[in-house]
Amino acid sequence: MAETHIGRNYTPPDHVAKVTGRARYAEDFRAEGMLFTKLLLSPMPHARVRSIDTRAALAMPGVRAILTADDLPDLNGAERALTNEPLYAGEPILAVAAVDELTAAEAVERIQVDLEPLPFVVNALDSLRPDGPNPRLTGNAWGAPAPGGQGPGAPAPLETIKWTSEDFAVEAQGQLPMGRPLEEWSYGDLAAGFAGAALVLDETFVVQSTGHHPMETRSAMAYWQNGKLYIHASTQSVAQTRGNIARWVGIDPTQVMLICEYTGGGFGSKGGGAVSMSIPALLSRKANAPVMMRITREEESYIGRARTNMTGRARIGFARDGRITALDLFIVQDTGAYGPLGDHRSAGNAASLIYQPPAMRWRAVNVLTNTPPRSQQRSPGPMQANGIIEPVITKAAKQLGVDQVAIRRINAPEGKALFGPTLPNGRRNHVTSAFVKQALDRGAALFNWDERKARAGQRQGSKVRGVGVTVGPHGAGSIGWDAIMTIRPDGRLYVQSGVGNLGTHSVIDLARVAAQVLDMPWEKVEVIWGDTGKHLPWTCPSVGSQTTHAMTRANYAGAMDARRKLQEIAARDLGGSPDDYEIGGERVYRRGSPGRGLTYAQAARRAIELGGTYDGHELPGDINPMTRDSATSLAGLGLMGVAKDNHPRDGVTYSFVIGFAEVEVDVETGEVRLVDFLGVGDVGTVINPRSLLAQIKGGSCLGIAHAICQKSVVDPRYGVSLTDRFHYSKPLTILDIPARMQADALNLADPETPVGARGVGEPPVGAGYGAVLGAIADAIGVDVFRRAPVTADIILMSLENGRRMHEPLRAHV
Amino acid sequence: MSLTRRNFIKGVIAGGAAASSAAYLFRGGGSLLGQSSAPGSVERLLTLTVNGQARRVDVMKQETLAMTLRYKLGLTGTKLGCDRAECGACTVLIDDVPHYSCSVLTHMVRGRRIVTIEGLAGSGGGLHPVQQAVVDEQGFQCAFCLPGFVMATVGFLKANPTPTREELAHGISGNLCRCQDYDKILTSLMRGAEYLRRT
Repeated sequence: MAETHIGRNYTPPDHVAKVTGRARYAEDFRAEGMLFTKLLLSPMPHARVRSIDTRAALAMPGVRAILTADDLPDLNGAERALTNEPLYAGEPILAVAAVDELTAAEAVERIQVDLEPLPFVVNALDSLRPDGPNPRLTGNAWGAPAPGGQGPGAPAPLETIKWTSEDFAVEAQGQLPMGRPLEEWSYGDLAAGFAGAALVLDETFVVQSTGHHPMETRSAMAYWQNGKLYIHASTQSVAQTRGNIARWVGIDPTQVMLICEYTGGGFGSKGGGAVSMSIPALLSRKANAPVMMRITREEESYIGRARTNMTGRARIGFARDGRITALDLFIVQDTGAYGPLGDHRSAGNAASLIYQPPAMRWRAVNVLTNTPPRSQQRSPGPMQANGIIEPVITKAAKQLGVDQVAIRRINAPEGKALFGPTLPNGRRNHVTSAFVKQALDRGAALFNWDERKARAGQRQGSKVRGVGVTVGPHGAGSIGWDAIMTIRPDGRLYVQSGVGNLGTHSVIDLARVAAQVLDMPWEKVEVIWGDTGKHLPWTCPSVGSQTTHAMTRANYAGAMDARRKLQEIAARDLGGSPDDYEIGGERVYRRGSPGRGLTYAQAARRAIELGGTYDGHELPGDINPMTRDSATSLAGLGLMGVAKDNHPRDGVTYSFVIGFAEVEVDVETGEVRLVDFLGVGDVGTVINPRSLLAQIKGGSCLGIAHAICQKSVVDPRYGVSLTDRFHYSKPLTILDIPARMQADALNLADPETPVGARGVGEPPVGAGYGAVLGAIADAIGVDVFRRAPVTADIILMSLENGRRMHEPLRAHV
Repeated sequence: MSLTRRNFIKGVIAGGAAASSAAYLFRGGGSLLGQSSAPGSVERLLTLTVNGQARRVDVMKQETLAMTLRYKLGLTGTKLGCDRAECGACTVLIDDVPHYSCSVLTHMVRGRRIVTIEGLAGSGGGLHPVQQAVVDEQGFQCAFCLPGFVMATVGFLKANPTPTREELAHGISGNLCRCQDYDKILTSLMRGAEYLRRT
């Protein structure tokens, strides 16, 4: 392949619409006769609806319909958009549709809901106490998943688990109690690993919850036409959201027309859409009019998802050179009111990958609380693992006199590194490739690590600097998705993209691969995206940093299919065999005699004349039914490339970003200033450099925010959120970062994918989190904090008292 | 114990914490919002100067400029990220000064010049230098915050056309981005300042 598109910057076709305000997000759409809805939210963290009196509301002029949980399809016990047993303060109980928002809000106030308060708990550990309350009537923790996984919609097992007072005895020392776990695995000889260690550390760390808070809340507008649901909503994954909406609303996926050309961020909270989309959909049907649901920022802080918080305890053995000999990890995860989620499992896998312990045990309990529901947030699990373990590595390096980069390098994965538990087949998983040591070396050089290290720890007045480094890992690619593209008689290439346009540009980047394979000038490529009515292929969900890997593979397969068809048509018309033909200059031509050939436009016309496989009337047998439907609708428009990605892959795809941070801490004010930051990616071949570096820097900033400012807090007495606005939850601002940040990528191809590209969105989060935590510890001491964010009060109180002063086991402070 | 929602809220408010369900309120006037004015309400037909045009609009007394722009004038480029003056997504220029339009009552801006993201491009359709720079540098990701950042920058550059990176960062620090490559945002807006000086 000539390197004409891959690895080069370009301007995505949506950018002019974005800068002129013409880009329309969900709340920017209007429909004739549109109603507005307001939600009635539970004021209690756990209650049962005994009765609802809507008479006064319905009697108001302008009120058109009220939707309650009784109007929603049963989802087999899974979370629904409205409930009769609110499990957290802020959970929607009903929705009113009225001619305007003020009327809807007034109607909500006139509805009498008789609630029976039920016991509640906001701290996962409190629920595990011998007499601790349960967050639900049926239990307090998610059991281990059934072998072979659960089918979609299958109810997860809920259990009741309580630990003994003896288990909680260590609480007084600030250590996480480790009672009976509900899940565990281990490999290697843990006891021998600890016995042979030169140093063993045992530390507890609290990783906080944070709201996802994309700038665009989950507002949505819906109407029905000819029995079909039209919904303007915000999702990370257009193709994958259609089926979810259908399930939430109780209709067939083919009846869902989802329009989402622009998504104002998601970070995992809109992975497959949002269950709240069913509110305007069903209200619209009930009221027989379009319904706009504007979700406020406060509502977003309740229903908009948050990261699972974890209290983790890591006992780690180290050899004298810093090599880890054994790792024993215990996690208490809080999934909020719903779940189950797998962050705790991903954390265990990530720990075994980036620290490569020869022996490891992972144990966990996955607990529910009466707090807003969690979902995967950008690096769900690996980032929390960085938070729990990095402070221990930092402390060990200090005690052993080993450099912080060196201790991470000696433990770093390399090549097809093993990770995770032993599988039923007796083997352990391995990654497709890892070049972490090269990335550490590159970063240490670019960051002038040795120079910065030398000035760390020296007091300048009240200020002292410190440096930190962390390897952030994350799964980075799935396989087996489909692609559809057509070369049409106008000579242009049309690529169908079912990816959501959430800001990563992967929605467009995947077409760069098709253009590359077909040697097509970029100005002749049209990407069709953002509307399930536009014949989209079966596409991966844009979560888990998988899209770039998954969809570059699929589009490589689709483009190779188109290329083969070009060669076959040329051979059929001009003689010889398909392999005698090459492509270039928007033509397919005989090797050695460029004059003998067809233009792409001519070939497209011939494809339509020939029909069959050439123009999509006959389709491969292995594509998904959704792709089949879409390709059938596009059949006859031109030469069609349509294929499932069947390229083999040996291993599980992971990406890595190494974060390097220098901070300056003012020991008199407790202020932490980030002096400099570098992220270096081991993320495979670079497709879109500017976008990739933006992912590294932006993801790192989310991690930095977790280290120094951002958090969610629920009041333990009333069970209500205390951080339901930006002002209180404190996301990062432009003044929290240095005037310049640096990012770089190795650009080494992954050998297990034809394009070489892996995902990048998530690994920088843990890299930013761990590197800044490490830098703070380097500046002011490794025992000053055991929770994040590390705020001024934590620093000042600990420094003043000469020991850690904060309560380590409370989630909400 | 039995509690109604209303009584519970009263109790919680007395205790100093409340879960609010009625966060932003507005009553519509135009056909877009589906209802004519409630009897007795104070409604005024105003003329606003928006993007160089005089626009007649029926405005409620409690209506914010953001709502008027978005729901009465069809200017949806102005985004609502928080509706409470925390995120800056709704920033517009009023007499060349950046304001959070979620926190300005429409009745207060009679006779003032309002410019939104839709009004930046020249009459021939050419992009404003700051817009062009953002395209050239691919400054934003999801871009929901983009209009606010660009309007804040255009306003800031009117007062300080030659800012340092640090000065411009301060100038736009009232705007939040959650994709958070603030570094690239700042680079693109600094380039916008450079383009603007050349025109």
